[in-house]
Amino acid sequence: MNDVAPCAPRTAQTYKSAYKPIWCPGCGDYSVLSSVTKALAMLDLPPEDVVVVSGIGCSSRIPAYTNCYGFHGVHGRSLAAATGLKVARPDLTVLVAGGDGDGYSIGGNHFLHACRRNVDLTYIVMDNHVYGMTKGQPSPTTEPDWDSKLSPGGTKLRVFHPLVVALASGANFIARAFSGDPNGTADILAQAIRHPGFSFVEILSPCVTFRPEQREWKTQVRPAPVEPTTDASRAARRLMTDDGFNIGVLYAGDRPVCPLAPAEPRSRVEDLEAEFAL
Amino acid sequence: MNAAMQAAGTTIEYEPPRNLAEFMSLALAMESEAAQRYAELADAMEMANNVEVAELFRRMANIETGHARAVMAQMHWREYVPRGSPFSEGPETPGEDAVHYLMQPYHALELALACEERAERFYADLAAAVEDAEVREAARGLEAEEREHVALVRAWLARAEKPAENWADDPDPPRYVD
Ligand SMILES: Cc1ncc(C[n+]2csc(CCOP(=O)(O)OP(=O)(O)O)c2C)c(N)n1
Ligand code: SF4
Repeated sequence: MNDVAPCAPRTAQTYKSAYKPIWCPGCGDYSVLSSVTKALAMLDLPPEDVVVVSGIGCSSRIPAYTNCYGFHGVHGRSLAAATGLKVARPDLTVLVAGGDGDGYSIGGNHFLHACRRNVDLTYIVMDNHVYGMTKGQPSPTTEPDWDSKLSPGGTKLRVFHPLVVALASGANFIARAFSGDPNGTADILAQAIRHPGFSFVEILSPCVTFRPEQREWKTQVRPAPVEPTTDASRAARRLMTDDGFNIGVLYAGDRPVCPLAPAEPRSRVEDLEAEFAL
Repeated sequence: MNAAMQAAGTTIEYEPPRNLAEFMSLALAMESEAAQRYAELADAMEMANNVEVAELFRRMANIETGHARAVMAQMHWREYVPRGSPFSEGPETPGEDAVHYLMQPYHALELALACEERAERFYADLAAAVEDAEVREAARGLEAEEREHVALVRAWLARAEKPAENWADDPDPPRYVD
């Protein structure tokens, strides 16, 4: 019995909670949950040292389904809460998760500044190009001609390109994954968690209820035909011509990570209080 | 070392196992992954109140769990935990997206049949290609078991009611398209 991989002390199951997901059968988010738990098992992280922070949406329900600490917060504010947590507790591994509505619409401004600050977080966006939870409104990544009862004739608006925005704003690791490839996604997530600074992983995760045509994504995705680059300008050229279906790590940089240790204060609270003493 | 092989019914290439322990480790990873996925699908169907299909997926999960346990017992592995298969999704694992909240037992059985057939082919291909006699014998053993499953699921399918053409029509759909 030689040549067998050594026993893994923790498996993906270790990181799953007893709560059963209430996502629609077939939703891509099931696979994302599976990939997140597989990635944590690959890294063998103690569940009590991991926190999953989310906003609001179907995808944002994910913390409850893990056995880690969780914070299911306010719509669009997951990155703000997670940044505060990581700064206060740099010893924890902080994952942030949510949807394209949560992250790119209402949370868009937090997204820019989280990239710019480059705090050591892993941000997972389950992108289904729609607001699933609120019954199918278009999101910033919805195609301009997507016709629906809630957007007759389509929005005719240019789509938001989250990977380009992340690179321009300072994210240190940028990847795209596909929920239909749970093991490949787990591998990308493990790399993202290991990489210092702000890691952004966009996961194409079909909403089978409001965007049933996304079941076809599995025939459209392909491995990115390039190796990860540390060169931001090369990554920019690559991302500007990207059609949204290239899967893999597209940028792994070495931008300076936000120092988490607080700087030595210039003045003490007591001194400040003394100035205002009556 | 054998050349890379393509896993049955998939486009995935993998290095064939070199010895019995490697082969059984791979089989364990595949069977466990399939068991896990069927259990997840059963949970999802329960949530969608599709009790009949949930029960069927649960039964499949139990069958695959039995397979994984048999592999463990045969190898006298008590603590061994598979690190994962070399496949994105093993040939026996039903796709997470292969379900619909209104699907009927017939659809679930069709899905299970496709997975069992892929598994049978996978073990057959492997048995035909490997050089190690022990691995070949073990692969033939698992191929025979999968063949039994194929026959079992086919028999269930023959008894299952064929769905009407409009099986997916929902009088109160979540999504209004008109
Ligand atoms: C402050 C606030 N505004 C609006 C909402 C309503 N709301 C709930 S979820 C959601 C969109 C979710 O879309 P997305 O983040 O893409 O997640 P999905 O459900 O598709 O996974 C909206 C607008 C809210 N809960 N709170
Ligand atoms: S509505 Fe869409 S995103 Fe929400 S659980 Fe259902 S399939 Fe998933």
